[in-house]
Amino acid sequence: MSEAPLALAHQFDDLDQQHEAGSFGMWVFLVTEIMFFGGLFSAYTIYRSLYLEGFVAGSHILNIKLGAANTAVLIASSFTMAMAVRSAQTGKRQALMAFLALTMLLGLVFLGVKFVEYHDKYVEHLIPCQSAGCSDLGMEFAPEGQALPPIQQQHAPLSHVEIYFCFYFFMTGMHALHMIIGIGIMTWLFLKARRGTFTPQYYSPVEVGGLYWHFVDIVWIFLFPLLYLIGGRY
Amino acid sequence: MPHHIVPIKAYVLIFGGLLALTALTTGVAFIDLGAFNTVAALAIAVTKAILVILFFMHVRYSPHLTRIVVLAGFFWLAILITLTLSDFRTRSWTPSPSGWQTSTVFRPGAR
Repeated sequence: MSEAPLALAHQFDDLDQQHEAGSFGMWVFLVTEIMFFGGLFSAYTIYRSLYLEGFVAGSHILNIKLGAANTAVLIASSFTMAMAVRSAQTGKRQALMAFLALTMLLGLVFLGVKFVEYHDKYVEHLIPCQSAGCSDLGMEFAPEGQALPPIQQQHAPLSHVEIYFCFYFFMTGMHALHMIIGIGIMTWLFLKARRGTFTPQYYSPVEVGGLYWHFVDIVWIFLFPLLYLIGGRY
Repeated sequence: MPHHIVPIKAYVLIFGGLLALTALTTGVAFIDLGAFNTVAALAIAVTKAILVILFFMHVRYSPHLTRIVVLAGFFWLAILITLTLSDFRTRSWTPSPSGWQTSTVFRPGAR
């Protein structure tokens, strides 16, 4: 314990207590995040039961290959994050920095794919927007091209498909915002790791940052089937 | 320090399992199972989430206090969704008295 005396804040008895308090506090924050996304998920459930055809049509417009690939990318980033925490626990500074960098890279790949998907939806006029300002920008909701067959096949009213895309953009957008914040946290962890702040006795920030990143992964684990896999693709 | 260090092999196994479940949930979406498609998708998602929480997030090796917080969080989420749905799904069961203005928007089952 004498190796890292400066890492112990004065209000804690020892590093163990400090570590547990840190994880506990992060979990309490994550519970508020569960409730935040939970509100979106329950609103989604209600509108999905009301406008099922519209949701099936909207879901079939999405690119299932990009969605599944992105799920794999995010799961891989969770794995590298878990390995980063393990490297911190075992005092391997180089490995910790490498795994943090890899996690950030995979996070950026995810956001890049998400950008491509958003752009596709923009081109197909699927951004839910009705005001005059939107149509001036060529952004009004007026599906065209490849977006049309699923809507016709489901006989879905356009307004219902539009509500699906409101949920799609808001939920994936909130998720992407959390990822951007996560990448910011990891940049900070990377810089601290480079300075050699973390030791097997003191690595709580890495552990707590990992908890946040895994939570964001879990949100996507639910978003993928709920947004991309409605009604089946058979 | 008593902190549990999970073996690399365990992390690799969980990673492989999560990838396999992602492939499974995508594959199942192409098979017609009727209403069971949604059940399967949600069951697989819950399984994946539990794997991440228990192993990647170390809840399996965490103190009881942390576990209680995690369980309380998901219990509250269940209350949120159950009570909201028990309202919306039962609104059409009892007709409004004649003369009342009823919303045609929120009437599940009366599409």
